[in-house]
Amino acid sequence: MTQQESRTAYWRANLRLLTILLSIWFIVSFGFGILLSQPLNNFSIGGYPLGFWFAQQGSIYTFIALIFIYAWRMNVLDRKFDVHED
Amino acid sequence: MDLKTLSLLVVGATFVLYIAIAIWAKASSTSEFYVAGKGIPPVLNGMATAADWMSAASFISMAGLIAFLGFTGGAYLMGWTGGYVLMALLLAPYLRKFGKFTVPEFIGDRFYSKTARIVAVVSLLVISITYVIGQMRGVGIAFSNILEVKLEVGLLTGMAVVFIYAVFGGMKGITYTQIAQYVIMIFAYTVPAVFIAIQLTGVTFPQIGLGSTLAGTDTYLLKALDQTLMDLGFAAYTSITGMTMMNMFLLTLALMIGTAGLPHVIIRFFTVPRVRDARKSAGWALVFIGLLYTTAPAVGAMAMYNLINTVQPGEIGSPQGNLVIDERPDWMLRWERTGLLQWEDKNNDGRLQYYNDKNAEFAERARTEFGWEGSEFTKIDRDIMVLANPQIAGLPNWVIALVAAGGIAAALSTAAGLLLAIASAISHDLLKGIFAPRISEKSELLAGRIAMGAAILLAGYLGLNPPGFAAQVVALAFGLAAASLFPALMMGIFMKTMNREGAIAGMLVGLGTTLLYIFLFKGWFFFPGTNVFPDNAEYWLFGINPTGFGVIGAILNFVAAYLVMKVTKAPPEHIQHLVEEVRVPRVGTNA
Repeated sequence: MTQQESRTAYWRANLRLLTILLSIWFIVSFGFGILLSQPLNNFSIGGYPLGFWFAQQGSIYTFIALIFIYAWRMNVLDRKFDVHED
Repeated sequence: MDLKTLSLLVVGATFVLYIAIAIWAKASSTSEFYVAGKGIPPVLNGMATAADWMSAASFISMAGLIAFLGFTGGAYLMGWTGGYVLMALLLAPYLRKFGKFTVPEFIGDRFYSKTARIVAVVSLLVISITYVIGQMRGVGIAFSNILEVKLEVGLLTGMAVVFIYAVFGGMKGITYTQIAQYVIMIFAYTVPAVFIAIQLTGVTFPQIGLGSTLAGTDTYLLKALDQTLMDLGFAAYTSITGMTMMNMFLLTLALMIGTAGLPHVIIRFFTVPRVRDARKSAGWALVFIGLLYTTAPAVGAMAMYNLINTVQPGEIGSPQGNLVIDERPDWMLRWERTGLLQWEDKNNDGRLQYYNDKNAEFAERARTEFGWEGSEFTKIDRDIMVLANPQIAGLPNWVIALVAAGGIAAALSTAAGLLLAIASAISHDLLKGIFAPRISEKSELLAGRIAMGAAILLAGYLGLNPPGFAAQVVALAFGLAAASLFPALMMGIFMKTMNREGAIAGMLVGLGTTLLYIFLFKGWFFFPGTNVFPDNAEYWLFGINPTGFGVIGAILNFVAAYLVMKVTKAPPEHIQHLVEEVRVPRVGTNA
């Protein structure tokens, strides 16, 4: 693989990861926390109506997880394509 | 020891700490001054970012905002945290790879244009200056309300302390003080929240307590709160109220994109040693921010629950159901003195009533059946929800003193970050980048310090004499960051063919339309009475609140940039090459 091809493949893999993670980002916050919140409120976790929980708790936990998953997957990609730092 | 002396001692001790850190962390090069020598470990940088990000608004105002909004308050929680996902995935690692000192510097180099750099500097200055006014105001208010000293005295003391550690320490001094400020801030926020959660629900963690049953019963706290609010004519806490679903959606998105485009937060990711530290550091920042942001909804809901049960201890409508005015608790007396809490005994029954008198049906019933003549709290400033919380819960004085120190730490840490962004835009982008490229490093460092000093004086002046729009400026800052800087940065990284003409056109269109829309409803340059349309949903274009318009501005920015790019020349070869370099942490060896 030439350097150019390798870089293109690295960038594609990066964009694929971004698409997956940003879809989750959108579905959890805008989907579960806002658009679908009212139907979801018919379910509950403990005393939290589910839609309310996503808007005020769950989406924040999800965001944190998404960033760490991103950092971990990117480190794997960096090594695979030999563009990792020291 | 009385509360005032104790508070002054605690706040004084934190100031001594900040100054000690400043002496230890003096900046001796431009790299240390602008980006702390790129040597901050990712976890510590995450902590500093959290303090930089969480302002007086997060610390003092947000829980109160949520208490009165209920469910839709989630827009602020999701908006101010979800932006970090965008920043971590779309901007931070690439800007760190680019490896320079400021946000306008990236825009200027990437779009090979001094004009683009100047447009970015103007956006940055408008965003950061409007934002810093609120912080200086926050320092003054924290002093005057909690420590009972004059606003001017508090503000000047705060300015002097920031001056010492920001002017001498630059980013290095600011970073280490921010780490200390984070610890003080989070401790001050969570201690009262934990005590209140235990009192109400018997659960230690507020995040779990909010979803638990009231102590000694099997009724869920949120269910009880919903019921009490509805019994008093309000909408249920967990229902959509206060804004439409569309505006909640737009506001959340505007705050997210705005957060990701705020220059004083972005530059924090220039301070870590490597690209992968930038990725991880964003995650740590959100962990530290999340500690406060997942506690805030519990603080808000529990404060609301406590407030209503203080005013309405008995059955609604029963003549003995309400709080006797002469027996009202000490915290009410204290906040009445500040003018943030006001009441009027409208029906002269010697008791206080708090209910929704804007709900015509319930107001009528309250009048005819209970003899209530209107809700008797004529003013409840939402800021007292956090500040009065420890007193409402009957916590000892040292906790109250700690909350004062926490509020001041929140305001100072954000102010310092903003001041650095302002100073570096002036000394590095305008002076070194455009007017005097040959300036030596020593002179630039001096210029940076002078710019910082001047920015502190300006911010202090505006904090003492706030232009009458302090409340709206935060919305403006976010709208502008979303509509101007974020799209330019993102296209600079993700669209290799985006060119100078497109980027400049996009920034101007985004900036212009967002300013125009805000001015149409809030008045030209915020002068009261100069607005063209009344600021309410009937007049808003498609019902879009000016606060959420940054999203539309961002979309227009992308569209304008794309269209102009299509009809102008592609960027030169070396620029496309630069973009490719920015996209990889290290240039590969398998060529």
